Parts: sequence; C-alpha cells; structure tokens
Amino acid sequence: MIPSPFEYLAPTSVAEAITLLQEYGEDAKILAGGHSLIPAMKLRLSAPSILIDITRIAELRGIVVNGNINIGAGTTWQMIEHHPELKQLCPVLPQAVARIGDIQVRNRGTLGGSLAHADPAADITAVVLVLDAQIRTQGPNGSRSIPAADFFVDMLTTALEPEELITAIICPRLGTDEGAAYTKFPHPASRYPIVGAAAYLKMSDGKVSACRVAITGAGPMPTRQIACEQALLGTDGSDTAIANAAALAGQEMEILGDIHASEEYRRAMVQVYAKRALLKARGAITS
Amino acid sequence: MTTESDLKPRYVGQSMKRREDPQLITGRGTYLDDIKLPAMLHVALVRSPYAHAQITAIDARRALNRRGVVAVFTGQDMLDINPLPCAWQAGRVTNHVNTPRALAVDTVRHVGEPVAMVLAEDRYVARDAADMVDVSYEPLPAVVDARDAIQPGAPQLHANAPNNIVMEWEAGDRAKTDAAFAQAEVVVAEPIINQRLIPTPMETRGTVARYDAATGEFTVWMTSQAPHVMRLLLTAFVFGIPETKLRCISPHIGGGFGQKIFCYNDMAFTMWAARKLGRPVKFVEERSENYRASTHGRDHITDAELCGRRDGTITGLRVKTHANLGAYLSTIAPGIPTTLYGRIITGVYAIPAAYCHVTGVYTNTAMVDAYRGAGRPEASYLIERMVDRFAAEIGMDPAEVRRKNFIQPDQFPYENGLGLLPYDSGNYAPALDKALEMVGYADFRALQAEARTQGRYVGLGISSYVEICGVAPSAWIGLAGEGWGAGLFESANVRVHLTGKVVVTTGSLPHGQGLETTFAQIVADELGVPYADVEIEWGDTQGTPFGYGTYGSRSLTVGGTAIKKSLDKIKAKAKRLAAHMLEANADDIEFADGKAFVRGAPAQAKTLAEIALQASVAYSLPEGMEPFLDETSYYDPPNCTFPFGTHIGIVEVDPETGHVDLQRYIAVDDCGNLINPLVVEGQIHGGIVQGIAQALYEQAIYDTNGQLLTGTLLDYAIPTAAMAPHIETAHTITPSPVNPLGVKGAGEAGTIGAAQCVMNAIIDALAPLGVKHMQMPATPERVWKAIHKEL
Repeated sequence: MIPSPFEYLAPTSVAEAITLLQEYGEDAKILAGGHSLIPAMKLRLSAPSILIDITRIAELRGIVVNGNINIGAGTTWQMIEHHPELKQLCPVLPQAVARIGDIQVRNRGTLGGSLAHADPAADITAVVLVLDAQIRTQGPNGSRSIPAADFFVDMLTTALEPEELITAIICPRLGTDEGAAYTKFPHPASRYPIVGAAAYLKMSDGKVSACRVAITGAGPMPTRQIACEQALLGTDGSDTAIANAAALAGQEMEILGDIHASEEYRRAMVQVYAKRALLKARGAITS
Repeated sequence: MTTESDLKPRYVGQSMKRREDPQLITGRGTYLDDIKLPAMLHVALVRSPYAHAQITAIDARRALNRRGVVAVFTGQDMLDINPLPCAWQAGRVTNHVNTPRALAVDTVRHVGEPVAMVLAEDRYVARDAADMVDVSYEPLPAVVDARDAIQPGAPQLHANAPNNIVMEWEAGDRAKTDAAFAQAEVVVAEPIINQRLIPTPMETRGTVARYDAATGEFTVWMTSQAPHVMRLLLTAFVFGIPETKLRCISPHIGGGFGQKIFCYNDMAFTMWAARKLGRPVKFVEERSENYRASTHGRDHITDAELCGRRDGTITGLRVKTHANLGAYLSTIAPGIPTTLYGRIITGVYAIPAAYCHVTGVYTNTAMVDAYRGAGRPEASYLIERMVDRFAAEIGMDPAEVRRKNFIQPDQFPYENGLGLLPYDSGNYAPALDKALEMVGYADFRALQAEARTQGRYVGLGISSYVEICGVAPSAWIGLAGEGWGAGLFESANVRVHLTGKVVVTTGSLPHGQGLETTFAQIVADELGVPYADVEIEWGDTQGTPFGYGTYGSRSLTVGGTAIKKSLDKIKAKAKRLAAHMLEANADDIEFADGKAFVRGAPAQAKTLAEIALQASVAYSLPEGMEPFLDETSYYDPPNCTFPFGTHIGIVEVDPETGHVDLQRYIAVDDCGNLINPLVVEGQIHGGIVQGIAQALYEQAIYDTNGQLLTGTLLDYAIPTAAMAPHIETAHTITPSPVNPLGVKGAGEAGTIGAAQCVMNAIIDALAPLGVKHMQMPATPERVWKAIHKEL
C-alpha cells in the first residue's frame, strides 16, 4: 500500500496545470479525486514520478445551469448527487452518481477524473454517452469540445491529447418528453458494474423519436448500442418493442469474460439491463 | 432474609452496552500499527511471485545501497532458528508435517511466501528497497486443487509427503455404514464443495519485536488471539530459549476470526532481526499480503452420501473429504477437518451409521486453518444440504424430516458414534418449532405455491445445526487423544484491592466478543460490587496467568468459568475473614449482595470493601490466613458444550439475472444461559452475515498456476452492513450441564448455521426447475446457469 516515490505539484489554474503537463510530459499524471490512480499507485501498477493535483483549481469545480448544464471537470460525485437543479433538469445524473462506490468515494471522486481515466467499468461513461454530452477540454493549443460519442477510443483510452485537461462536461436539460435512466449489476466487492446500461428516450406523438443506449462494464470501453437504438426508433416504445430492441444490445461490441462473470453471462445481462434501462427511461418521461 | 439462593442478579441477563466500544469507536484504541518505539526499523518483504519455484540466487546489493536501508536478510541467514511448529496434528494417525520457516529456504511453495526481509529506517524506504532485491527463481509446476494434488505425477511439494498427502483420517464405523447403504431404500449422493474463504479481519496482521541485549529478553507486540500460546511456541519450539525470555503483548485487535490464532513467520523474523540488529523491528501486512500469505479457511471437496427409508428415517451417512491445507501446515490446521469436522458430520440427527474419511492435502496455495466456525460450518453445511436433498428425494417436508430424525431430549448426553465426547444437552424441536412459527411456515408454503403460478421463484431454507464449543477436556483433546499439542483449560486471577476495586486478569483474549462487558457483569453480580468497580485485564503474558486465548467460542464457557471459580474462592476467603472480624463462626457466615453477614442477623455484616481492606492491610487476620483477596483458577472443563439452533431464510430469485434476494432471515439459537443478550445478538448477527457471505459472495480463486485471482478487496467480496438482511432473532435456553454458568458459547453459531440456510432456500426456490443441488457461492451467474440449463 505504499506507492513509489513521486513529486507532488498543486497548480491553482488550468493554465498552470497545462504548463506543468508540457514541462513533465509522460512522467506526470493528473491527480483529481484519486480513486483510480491512487489505488493503482499503491499496488505499484502505476508509478508516475510527478503528480499534478488539480483539486485546488477553483475554476474546475461547480455546476452552472443556463441553456445547458455545465459541470466543471473537478466537480465531485457528491456535488452532482445533491444538486437540487440537476435533480429536476437531468435526474439521470444524480441517480446514476448515487450508485457509484460509497459515500467516501463520492466525496472525493470527480466527473472529469472518471471520464479521463475511462475505466471500462466506470458507471458515468454510459450516462454521458446517452446524454450525448460534450466534453470540453483545454490544452496548449486552446480549447475544444469533443462529443461523448467520439471521446472513448479504447480501454482506458480517450480522445484527450497528452497535454490536455478536461475542463467541463456539457449536458442537455431534459424536456418533459425525454427520459433517461441508468441501471447496473454491481460487483458485490467493488460495486463497479459487471454490466451497466444507460438509456435515453424521447417520445413524440406516441412514437420513439430519439433513442440512445450505452453499455458499460461488459466490454473494453463504454459502447453505444446502435442496432438496439435503431430498432426502437419509430416504434410505440411498448414493453414488447423495448424487449425486442434490447435483444439486439451487445451484438456490435466485444464482451469480456473474467472471474466475476463469463462472456456468455455478461452478454445475456447486457440485454436484460438494456431492457431495464429503457423501461426505466420510458418511466422517467413526464409528459 | 437475604440468602445466597434468592439473590437476584443485577447485571447478568441484562443487555448492557459493551464497555469496550466507546474507546474503539472514537478512534482511541491502540492497535498494533499504533505502536512506535524509538529507533524502530520497518520491514518490507520480498515475496515469491511464483506458486512453486527453486530460489537460485538472491542479490540484495542494489537494495543495500539505497539510503535508509539497514539490512536485508534471507532464509539462509536464519537457519539458527527452527521452522514454525504445527501444534495440532490429526489425532491417532501419521501426519507428514511440513511447516514454514521464518523465510523460505531454497524453495517457495505458494505465491506470497516471504523470501527476504528488508529493514529500513522507514516503511517507505523499506518498500522501495524490497523491489530492488533481485531474486532468481527456477519455476516448478504447481498444483492448487486437492484432488489434482494427490494424482500420480502431480507436482510434489514436500519430500516427506508422497502424493502431497498430509494425513488420512477417519471417524465412525465404516463396515456398519456400508451395510446401512447396502440395505437402504433411498440413497442420495452429491459432491459438496465448501469453497476456500479469506477471513479478512479489518485490521491486517503484524508484529513489533524488541530485544534487550542486557537482559536477553524479547518483548513482542502481536496481533494475536493467543499470546501465551505464541510465547510458548516461539520460545520452546522456534528459538530454543527459556519461555521467561519472551513477553508477548496483544494490543487491541481489529478482528481475528481465527486468522490471528496462529504462529506466523513474521513473529519469528522480526524477533530474529531485532536480536541481530539490536533495534526494535516492526512488520505490518498490507491487505494484499494478508490475502496471499495469512491463513485461509474451509476448502473442502467432499463426496457425500446419505441413505434412509421412504418414511423419512435417515439410516446412514458416508462422507469422503479432501481438505486442502495449503503449502504448509499452519499451527492447528490438521485438527480442523478432523476433530472439529469429521466428528460432528451427523449434526442434530440420530443417525445409526456414519463414517467420515478425510484426506489432508498439500497444494501450492496459502495455508488453510481455522476460520470462524472451523470445521463445524463445513459439517453443518454438508449434513443440512444432504438432509434437504433426501427430503426432496422422498417428497417429504424438510421440516418434518428434521423433526423425525432429531436426537431426542431423553437421549442426552448423546454419543454420536463418531468419536466425539457426548453432546452435553439439547432439545432441538422447540428451536425448529419457534423458527417455523416466526416465519409463518404454513402460510409461506401457500404463498410459495401462488408465486410459482406467477413465474416467481421464492424459496425457504431450513438449517438445524449443532456445534462444538469450549473444546475440552485437555486429556481428551490432547496429544494422546485428538492430537492437540497442549491443554485447553483457561485461567483467571481475581483480586479485590484495598479500595474494594476488583481486577480480573484472564487468559482469554477479548478482541470483539464483548467479553470485557460479559465478564464484568458476572463479577459484579457474584461479588455484589458496582459494575464500574470491575476491571478486566488481558493480553500481556507478563500480567496474566497462562491461558490459551480466545477462539472456538471458548472464552465464556471456559474462561468465564475460570473467573467464576476464582470468585468462589474469593467469597470463601471473604467469609472466613468476615467471621474473624465479626467474631462469629465461619460456618454461620453467608455472602450475598456484596456483604458477608451472620446467617439470620444481616445487620451484623461486613462489606466486601471492608473485608478487602482488612485483607490488604493485614492488621488482623485469622490464624494461618494469607493477606489479600487474590485467587487464581485454572478451569479444565469435563466436556465441550454443544450449542444448537434452527435458522430459516426466505429468498426470491430473479430468473432473468439469477440474483438472489434474501428477504427474511430468522435465527433461533440456543447457546444456554445468556449473560448479555445484546452481546449474544451481536455475535449471532456477525456470524450469520459471514455465513450468508459464504453462500452468496465469497470465494478465493487461484488460477492453475497458483496465482490468487481474488487478491484484493476489489475482487474478493466481503459482506457489508448494506448487504445484510434484517435478522430476526430468538432463543431457546437449554443450560449446559458442563459448566456452572450453564453457558454454551455463541461466537461462531451464526456462521455455522447460515450458509446452508441460504443455499437450501435458493434450491427450494428453484425446485420447480429440477434444481437439486448447487455449489457455493450462489453467484447470480451460477444461479442463472442453473435456471437456464433447465428452462
């Protein structure tokens, strides 16, 4: 439980953090909530020689609601879980966040840290995908906005450039004709999803006019379920339509097997949890 | 008139809050890692990454060059001390004994076996330098499964243990059992796997050793449930020094569950290094080290057969078990699957013919030894699963099969034919009846039938268990009998000081059982002193009489009785002194409610404080009486105690996912008289949750190369409060005739009763699908596969 020696730096602005990233390059790691990085360092699976702690950068923290919802990358799970406006405007976020880890984890862990780490069993990645959120980043060449669909590249790999930081996540406000939900099958020890499913539905004139489904935990990276989504589009969104669409979940993604769940079982659960997420998303539509 | 006989207990029987808790839950306890000594060195270990390998070279030069590193030692440096002893070999048979050395010499036999120790000025430097010790290995083939290990051609772990067999041991009457099976109307047979578990105390293990070169004395702080036993083993067996040259101290212990009973190599290497370097040495395990190298529990692979008649009478039980004991024998490992398992496989039933054969096996895995329940959970799981299997086979209500085969109240003391001492007392049907009543059994079956028509899978599981606590007497358990290498009595000293305050020192080692509270309740009542005036001391071999420590649910039955005997002596002496003070005849003095008085004249009384003052100042004592009220007792019980009970669980299985929802859990336990019902409740709750966890979550998994795949708390699921159901508890009370307190023990009962309760419920839920048996843990995937194989 003792990491290799490292130097600790704590910048107070995004610009300063980027300068440090440029200076130290691959020797440096960004430290946000630390709930993925620190355990890896303690097990000596990761041994960065420089830690750049971004938790003292005030501009990265906080939730601003205007046309959209702007969540600073350094915002903790706890802040998201208990944000009164979020509960009204995008309830799937606080609901999903409430199932991450435990209270201690949620007091430290951050949205930006989780996305940048891109753990294949992170919860929030699937939710960000179905909300079609934008990931705002900043680097030496300025800022950019990456659609969630383009952000996750592979296991533990994102579209983030080495000297870039995530600064904010932009999520939509959900209308009364929209609903989103996250369901998960947590591992009893880690509480990471063995399978997690997020779903977003929009109903117009009694038909599904928009639909997004994403699976986390089951494969190397969080993955949109396009076949499933397309099967549901234009239907009446009934139980039968949802069940038929959910049966297509998992088809286009690699499913992993390990000591916690075989590939066969995970594949079956992808369909079950996709269905449950869709049913729950439909239930969240208020108009 | 007050007499001794109508004295109302003021504390015994009350649910008093645990006096030990405020200190611990406000973070003011002193645990092993809180101990810091001047000039103390810190140890980091170099551990084997291989399950089986020859060590061909160890090069510590890089590590020694690291600033702050003081020394690096290997097994070759410590050949002047002996391997750790195995103190409980299976009785009456040959045991091929191999135990670990302080550090491995030439060969490593499991992942995590310590190969070298780095000592440094702080633990960070030590840990960094451990990565700089270059060890060359020549890997050897490994074997992790007990059945594979005994096959011809399997990798051999030890030269003196052909086919990796530790011992072959049997209990019961083989010929009679075979005959019962030959004549049986019904035979059911199942493979029963009791999976390997990792005890996972919240605090890992550790040792701090100090050596005083001027006196030649060691002081060793250790996370030990049995410091007196460690003192004996480390001096007489490992170091070959006088027992008086070692003082062992157990500070507060953050959970033991058996894992902290044993003699570990860190005790030996910290002592050796402290003596060598003349500086105190500290070692504290990391969690992943605890998982790889401290003891595990269970790991039985069993073929079980039960036979009987179609009317529900069980006529025979035949069991063949392979017990995986790991790479070496831990301190009491061979005794667990033999005396504490094979001798009680028939459980609460009067089964006329039973036979158990146990093969103890070495494998390239961490050592397996006692873990909460130790042998008895394996036994009760086996018999209760098989009884349910039999009930299903003959189409009889599992509650009725149990009732029909229970040992009857008039059969106690009951000899079970498996070489155990007779069960002390029992009355099994009332506990079953009470549990059935609490769960609403008749109504449940109707609801279950209704649920099944709706495609819902609801099940109820019954577990009627009996176990063995306070294992004794020494003459039975000892070397010539069951193979335990010492005695199993317990000690207690009681002193009433000049101020009237009472100090009890016990050889027990409370570490979460609420014993300080429970003991103080007994003492306060017996002596009639305020509860707050009683202090319980324990844990330091320098300040306590020799005792065997706390495990096996023995501390109230044996340790508590030792206190009771000392209290009786104190009262007898107080009466004699009071008679002297009152100028009365000693035979006319009674002692009650904290006073000694002349029978029939309670006004003529001396309080215990007055008597203690007189005894302490010794101005005027009766002829020949020694000063002070100070009495020590050693209590060696005539028998074990046999707590029992019935647990019932209700589950609903989600057929889509295989998730098991444990909806109700009812526990009716009989642990004899209750000294503190709240403490008993806590023990039962904790035990049950550990048993539920075995049924649903926990399993240590090694790959075929001997790598522990469940090596962290991310992978190995221990239960949390949030995962526990509401537990509905009740008691029947059948006092034990074995001890004057009438108590039976409660520390392990929950664990012993729980796993099969949950499994029987799951299998009952899935019965319409034709599921007859399932191995633990019943993970969602395993349940799902059982369902979907049948659908």
